[in-house]
Amino acid sequence: MQRIGVFVCWCGSNIAATVDVKQVAETLKSEPGVVFAADYQYMCSEAGQNLIKDAIRDHKLTGVVICSCSPRMHEATFRKTAAAAGLNPYMVEIANIREQCSWIHKDKAVATEKAIILGRAAIAKVHLNAPLTPGESPVTKRALVIGGGIAGIQTALDIAEAGFPVDIVEKQPTIGGKMAQLDKTFPTLDCAACILTPKMVDAAQHENIHIYAYSEVEEVKGFVGNFSVTIRKKARMVDPVKCTGCGLCTEKCPMKKVPNEFNLGMNNRSAIYIPFAQAVPKVATIDPAYCIKMKTGKCGLCSTVCEAGAIDYTQQDELVEEQYGAIVVATGYNPIKLDQFDEFAYAQSPDVITSLEFERLTNAAGPTAGTLLRPSDGKHPHTIVFVQCVGSRCDGGKGKSYCSKICCMYTAKHAMLTREKYPDTDVYVFYIDVRTPGKNFDEFYRRAVEEYGVHYIKGMVGKVAPQADGTLLVQGSDLIENRQLRLNADLVVLAAAIEPDASARPLATKLTASMDTNDFFTEAHPKLRPVESPTAGIFLSGACQGPKDIPETVSQASAAAAKVIGLLVKDKLKGNPCVAHSNEMMCNGCSSCEKVCPYGAITYVDKEFRMPDRTTAIRRVASVNPAVCQGCGACTVACPSGAMDLNGFSNSQIMAEVDAICK
Amino acid sequence: MQEAMIRRAKELLADGTVNRVLGWQRGEFVYDVTPAVFASPDELDASFVYNDFCGANLSKYLVAESRKEGKVLAFLKPCDTYSLNQLTAEHRVVRENIYAIGLPCEGKADVEALKAAGAAGITGIADGGDTFTVHTLYGDQTVAKADALAERCANCKSKQCVTYDELLGENGAVQNSHRFDMVEQLENMTADERYAFWQGELSRCIRCNACRNACPACTCEKCVFDNPQSGIANTAPADSFEEKLFHIIRAFHVAGRCTDCGECSRVCPQHIPLHLLNRKFIKDINELYGPYQAGADVAARGPLTDFTFEDCEPSVVHERGVN
Repeated sequence: MQRIGVFVCWCGSNIAATVDVKQVAETLKSEPGVVFAADYQYMCSEAGQNLIKDAIRDHKLTGVVICSCSPRMHEATFRKTAAAAGLNPYMVEIANIREQCSWIHKDKAVATEKAIILGRAAIAKVHLNAPLTPGESPVTKRALVIGGGIAGIQTALDIAEAGFPVDIVEKQPTIGGKMAQLDKTFPTLDCAACILTPKMVDAAQHENIHIYAYSEVEEVKGFVGNFSVTIRKKARMVDPVKCTGCGLCTEKCPMKKVPNEFNLGMNNRSAIYIPFAQAVPKVATIDPAYCIKMKTGKCGLCSTVCEAGAIDYTQQDELVEEQYGAIVVATGYNPIKLDQFDEFAYAQSPDVITSLEFERLTNAAGPTAGTLLRPSDGKHPHTIVFVQCVGSRCDGGKGKSYCSKICCMYTAKHAMLTREKYPDTDVYVFYIDVRTPGKNFDEFYRRAVEEYGVHYIKGMVGKVAPQADGTLLVQGSDLIENRQLRLNADLVVLAAAIEPDASARPLATKLTASMDTNDFFTEAHPKLRPVESPTAGIFLSGACQGPKDIPETVSQASAAAAKVIGLLVKDKLKGNPCVAHSNEMMCNGCSSCEKVCPYGAITYVDKEFRMPDRTTAIRRVASVNPAVCQGCGACTVACPSGAMDLNGFSNSQIMAEVDAICK
Repeated sequence: MQEAMIRRAKELLADGTVNRVLGWQRGEFVYDVTPAVFASPDELDASFVYNDFCGANLSKYLVAESRKEGKVLAFLKPCDTYSLNQLTAEHRVVRENIYAIGLPCEGKADVEALKAAGAAGITGIADGGDTFTVHTLYGDQTVAKADALAERCANCKSKQCVTYDELLGENGAVQNSHRFDMVEQLENMTADERYAFWQGELSRCIRCNACRNACPACTCEKCVFDNPQSGIANTAPADSFEEKLFHIIRAFHVAGRCTDCGECSRVCPQHIPLHLLNRKFIKDINELYGPYQAGADVAARGPLTDFTFEDCEPSVVHERGVN
């Protein structure tokens, strides 16, 4: 029989206001095996932990039940407490009477009864607990960063600076991401390229950084400290070692009618191309969908003009396998598609553009060399209407329910810069709210209104209609003046909501990292562990975790790097002892567990067993590698014979909990 | 057919391909034909039987037989070959130690159908091609074979042998079966009606374990119902309907692995239509994950132990589960 101590936490009033903690302690004290029960205001405080330690020593406790908050919050805390008092940390069980009880009930009598039942279940489980000892596994001192935008670059630079090798995998031919497409950056208005491209070069030249550009993550195996990642290096048809980036091929290429994705299709590029002048690596790439040689077998002009002999039309995708200790996700964002927003006439008029397209139209390296011209006729627009929250804060399914966060500031920036360069332009901004919580952000917005005379109108645009004279009729409401507005605009700019990159969800599946319903990666704790994924060894950097501007992205990128460095400096990691094991006498060798194991932790061995009547038989039985097993328990439910069991969560423990609840 | 089988078995014994033969022999009554192992030509001559009453699925016997010394010859009906494939996929048999001869099958008879047709006190049954001449204590009676088919054969899913080392006769084809009609009727009942139906059926269970012992999907080294550590072994039922849990647990246990061979219902001394529980699972799996026949393909991954991006979302299961 275990000697169990029960500790009921008030959590201030979080629990005590809804649960009669004294009664819980009193009732649980009479449960079989319970030799000590107490309640305390904050069990996680030093005094509370001392209460537990003293009780373990004084009452010779062999098991501890803490009735408190979720084990996700403080299980580790209380396990350490028990260990400090000489008890095996896995003899501690948490009954969650906060998130699963006091916070969801209003009636104190009901909540108290439930808290007692939850405590009883934990006591029933502790009776069957056994001391567990974690194993150790080595750490591969190398990190992988997926995504080569500003988030990925910053994370990689910080990790590399700490002395660890880092690989960046970027699916585009160049690193740089969205920031490379931007013109100026708020609130200081420095040029994006001027501050980004030196970092791109730093990354390329750093001895600890290797860039896999034009590559994608194919497969991820393993676990924290020991990931094995297969990277697909997509065929560029150009040898990146030989190519000097001279650009002669791109000039001579006869196929020049390829929509230029870097300029969002607003001008064309050649079939062999370098995305932009400062691309890193500065290597040409052949677009097989447009290349005449690839499609018809005739042409080969680029190969003829290339003095380095870098063109290779037979190049194939290459798979490389690398080992990593940590993986950082930095897959970034994209503006949403606007097909669902017909009322803004985006598909009908070339003069209705997105804010990212506006960035390219004002960028010196853009399709108009930085002069703001209407896409339809190349004339200067004199009235520009900016529409905010296109698809953001949008209920009803066609947009996103969240605030995209960056639009208020970049729209203020666009409006301000337009007024500065072209003072004869009337600029209107339709907004729901202007949100400017950031250092020097509100000052920036007020400058747009007060110094630059941008007309801010609180209200949404209902309809944009192209007119016969080439202008756009914008109908919107002004909620402050309480009137309907009709404006004739030359250009309409839509602040489209941003969403995670489409590659994020399949990647999350490969990483077994969790996502929210909007496909943003979930953090381990929204406040206290914002750059870690709940999956150990996976870290989050930048907008893949939620909408972020550049300053925030960079700080989170560095934070993720700090977490990675903290992991990589360790020589060994303590494993999780709550792993599966197979009862060989019951194992049928049917392979069900092997098929469902997401970690590849199960193999089969032929073993000799003693059978009745002094005979022996060779039987095929499952064997779990405890270093690879993550304790998810999928095998235990797939096993038809019940041979698979999980340490710390055994079938009998769970049944005992259920029995205790149903009693 | 019986002569051809004995002849071929003797040849394979003589040339050393196999050292014993798994087949059937007469039981206590003419209609209860029983699986048996024959080790010599003499034994074959003495008691090997193959007729319309050889319904027993021999594949489960291969779990033990295939682990013995030497190769065993097994005569398998189409149904039995599905079971063998499933057992091979689950590594429960050593396929290399089995020489399987696939048999054509036009359906096996159910003596209960003969009895229902009025044949009491059966002393002998003569095969008259399309009919049976049933000798009884009260005189002879003629019954059409089609009227004496077992339910599983009347709703045959497949006459195709899916694994064999040799075929006797022509291989058949997958059938267009109406085997889910009764499941559909049950689905269309209200919950109360369905409960009453199963209460009527399962309350008759005497927990003889025949269904489990005959089921080719039930081959655990240690059955949970026999394991004293499981906490559910050998408990006496508290009421007449408690054995429902045994059958529901067993149906869950074989879900996704049951080939619908129908042995559970064939061997049930209380004539409980146990196959309906399994067919409900098969029908659900077909509808949720796409058509799947356990045992049809030895390399196929069962839908319940596989994951694909096309798998239905949990909400679909939940919505369906409500009705």
